Amino acid sequence: MKLLFDGVSGRALILLALFFAVLAAAPLFVNDYLLVVLITILYFAYAGQCWNIMMGFAGQLSLGHALYIGLGAYVTAALYVKFGVSPWIGLVPAMIIAGAVGAVIGFLAFRFGVSGVYFAILTIAFAEFARIGFDHFSWVGGAAGYFLPVANYTQNDLLNLRGSQRMFYYIVFAMTVIAFIICHLLLRSRAGYYWLAIRESPEAAEALGINVFRYKMYAVVLSAAMTSLGGVIFAFFYNNLFPEQVFHISRSIEIILGPIIGGIGTLFGPIVGAFLLTGLAEGLREVMLRLGIDLPGVKQVFYGLCLLGVVMFLPEGVWPSLKKKLGLDRGNEGS
Amino acid sequence: MTTDVILKIAISGVLTGLIYGLMALGLSVIFGVVRVVNFAHGEMMTIAMYLVIVAFNALGLDPLIMLVPISAVLFALGYLMQRAIINPFINRPEHSQFMLLVAVALVIVNALLLIFGPDSQGVTTSYSFDSFDVGGIIIDAGKVYAAIAALIVAVLLFAFFRLTLTGKAIRACADNYNGALVVGLNVKRLYALTFGIGAACVGAAGTMLMIVTDVTPAIGPAYTLLAFVIVITGGLGSMPGAIIGGVLIGLTEALGGFFFTPSAKSMFSFAILVLILLFRPQGIMGRKAA
Repeated sequence: MKLLFDGVSGRALILLALFFAVLAAAPLFVNDYLLVVLITILYFAYAGQCWNIMMGFAGQLSLGHALYIGLGAYVTAALYVKFGVSPWIGLVPAMIIAGAVGAVIGFLAFRFGVSGVYFAILTIAFAEFARIGFDHFSWVGGAAGYFLPVANYTQNDLLNLRGSQRMFYYIVFAMTVIAFIICHLLLRSRAGYYWLAIRESPEAAEALGINVFRYKMYAVVLSAAMTSLGGVIFAFFYNNLFPEQVFHISRSIEIILGPIIGGIGTLFGPIVGAFLLTGLAEGLREVMLRLGIDLPGVKQVFYGLCLLGVVMFLPEGVWPSLKKKLGLDRGNEGS
Repeated sequence: MTTDVILKIAISGVLTGLIYGLMALGLSVIFGVVRVVNFAHGEMMTIAMYLVIVAFNALGLDPLIMLVPISAVLFALGYLMQRAIINPFINRPEHSQFMLLVAVALVIVNALLLIFGPDSQGVTTSYSFDSFDVGGIIIDAGKVYAAIAALIVAVLLFAFFRLTLTGKAIRACADNYNGALVVGLNVKRLYALTFGIGAACVGAAGTMLMIVTDVTPAIGPAYTLLAFVIVITGGLGSMPGAIIGGVLIGLTEALGGFFFTPSAKSMFSFAILVLILLFRPQGIMGRKAA
């Protein structure tokens, strides 16, 4: 606990506690629609946090995180539907498989110093590979999709993740909080400092005796395994999986928009970014509904323009400047 | 009989591959000089492809006639893009440039979706159903014309970079940024010119591709990825490498689609990418210490 709060200012703690309390109490006040929006936000905050370990901490740009989401989703869903295995048990092989795939990609890339944009291409290539592969993988439905049984549940079956939206909300909320704490602790660990060194200058890190290859591998495997848990939620919340959707590159980009808008490498960036982007998307949807505009693409064009604006004018993301405004900008580097 | 069919498919793959090669050449030129990875490459190509549709539907113009005008439009687009939004990002970190172009790509895809709708569109030219019979092997005439045109554009580009003063100046920028500044080259203008040339390449490639295939707004990212796979396969910064990579990938996809299922064809190009990264990370034509 001391490690957790060490060096965090009192003001930051109060704000954090307030934020936590609002989120924890939210399901009691909001309607079903808003609850789904909140679940979406927290899902993106979680997935963004996981992605941030690779990009924000270790500086390895992955544009294929949909791969790990998809693997987590398909493994747990298949185990549940075919063998009745609870997702709480199924998530273990899901994390192992996602981590192993991450290790293979990392091994292929880092062994040859494939980095930066070329590494990003490799991650996309693997996600696309999986997308096409699952399209032809008839055991889990192929391109026709894979469905989880849906029924009206009178009570929450936490063991099998079958139940109300409120239950899902608290699960995703818990995941987001845990991911946040893990990342917070990681940043203060030896690995965290090594990652930042690698991010800033791989050559200098190598010269200081850091095993760059190994620590990059740690980042990829950890990020992949954690991201696959997001896939579990994806599968059990939406109850249907289509390779064309789950593994699509737009899923990967969706995941990384939050941390980039919020602030890469910061702990609150993914959360702030998820709130902003999902809020923006939903607000836009609402406005268009009111105006009676129903054109596919309008939302995304606007979305793209907002992204363009942020990338151009706020290269550090929203959180660093927001942090200053909230008066939290002293000494607590990175949080 | 079967060898004839396989040969037909292989030739068709090589011809399509030449067009792919021209597309990848654009990416390679932009990256080789400006050092910015054009993640909106395939999306820019879909703009060219829709220009073909518009010209064909409204004025009945053949894609082969539109080759030069559309390349010119894309050149202007590329030039302006570099000047207006990419130039401030030249010295920003890679991921920042990357995100900028992802945003541009997102806008292009959805603007096209908004204007043209999600359905697949194509053109039917007067020679769409013609074919050549070479020793019993049937080859689509359209593919032959498109591939020859792509090859001509590529050769002109080689000549431009080898023979003209501007081409040499651009290569100087690529070789040594500071040196180019010292000898008084207008690097900003040359960068914009290079981006324009790269965009013109995809413009030409997109125009030719319309003879061979259809277009949807959502296809852009797949072409971007294909261009990357080709460039990495052929060797970074190698112009012949881009063409060779294009032919190789075109051939692989055609044969893969024939022997397995067409929907799985791009798996084979990804497999080639992984093999290349494993055994020859510098690419087929790349230099060792590139």
